[in-house]
Amino acid sequence: MASLKDVRLKINGVSKTRQITKAMYMVASAKLRGAQMRIEHFRPYADKFSDMLRDLGEKTDDAAHPLLAVRSTQSIGIVVCTPDRGLCGGFNANIIALALKFAESKITEGKKVVFYCIGRKGRDAIRSRGYKPALSIINRMGDTSFALAVEVGGKIRDDFLRGILDEVHMFYGKFISMARQRPADMRLLPIAGPEPEQPQNEKAGQVDYVYEPAVADLLTELLPKYIDVQIYRGLLDTSAGENAARMQAMDNATRNCDEMVKALTLLMNKTRQAAITSELIDIVGGVEALKG
Amino acid sequence: MATALQLDIVTPDQLVLSREVEYVGAPGVLGEFGILPGHVPFISALTIGRLYYKVGGKDHYVFVSGGFAEVSDNRVTILAESAEEAEKIDFNRAERALKRAKQRLDAKNAELNFKRATLALYRATERLSLQNRI
Repeated sequence: MASLKDVRLKINGVSKTRQITKAMYMVASAKLRGAQMRIEHFRPYADKFSDMLRDLGEKTDDAAHPLLAVRSTQSIGIVVCTPDRGLCGGFNANIIALALKFAESKITEGKKVVFYCIGRKGRDAIRSRGYKPALSIINRMGDTSFALAVEVGGKIRDDFLRGILDEVHMFYGKFISMARQRPADMRLLPIAGPEPEQPQNEKAGQVDYVYEPAVADLLTELLPKYIDVQIYRGLLDTSAGENAARMQAMDNATRNCDEMVKALTLLMNKTRQAAITSELIDIVGGVEALKG
Repeated sequence: MATALQLDIVTPDQLVLSREVEYVGAPGVLGEFGILPGHVPFISALTIGRLYYKVGGKDHYVFVSGGFAEVSDNRVTILAESAEEAEKIDFNRAERALKRAKQRLDAKNAELNFKRATLALYRATERLSLQNRI
């Protein structure tokens, strides 16, 4: 049986760990608020943008923009967007697993894949599998900025237009709710356009706009930016998802620590009791012997 | 006829401005255009430059870079990649950006991304030009 001192030390250690997990929980929740605020700020822009694109798409049937070109797929670009840090449950592993599964299935079909990594965890995992990412951006997930999306967007747009890539997918963590985050796959290129969902937008579609410059030229301006918008959406989702997942993981860890401290305290008390009992037996035994 | 326009300027990072104005002048790719209440529905791409609006007869300036303007139903929505009100522009930073862009262009480096440097130069110049418009 462990000695009283050992148990005390152990309790001490576990409660120190508990302090850390508790602090990480609070940091993650503060960061999550930040990420959610960014999403809130971004939403009006993204919505308006999709509206405009949808509206323009309806006006031009044969928009033969190079970014819309569907080619027979020979090589696929895979953007893997993960956090820079771990300790957020299965969040990272899930994104990476989905991306790798996709990549491997494409490779067995005889296609080429090129990785673009945003976030340290994804990059490390991709590298350890022996792939060489064409682009790796790390330590930028903390302060997700639109500039980052523009940077990545520019790179994959270039590669797509130069014919290095025929298709580009992005893997990221979708933030569904505080309790649910899911890895997701989004096709960036060729552009499929925003799906014509919200029926309340039908009214907006009926407005007859005057366009300047002509519709086709406007599309040329809008489409590249649409990719940036999509990437930014993925980045923000991942950043929110990461922190939500970490909050959950840290909350669990804190609770486990509580349980452990409880169990250990019980053990400590029992050990102490046992020690006292055996001492008493000694004393009583001694007294009895003296009475002799 | 309505006498006011609702002007909203949004960037991916924030809602820069939202207020009732009397007039908006914006830098379209085909030249500057002005919008008064009752304008026809209109969509235009914007270039790097200054946007200004009138409230109570007074002009206010906003730097915008790359984006789109949509006018419909007396609402003017500006979607810009970046936008700053003249009072909020960091002129020191713009000054540094200008110097950097000039150096890059002067160096005549073959590696130079000419387009990017030129755009940076434009942005810096336009930002600085708003210095006396506060």
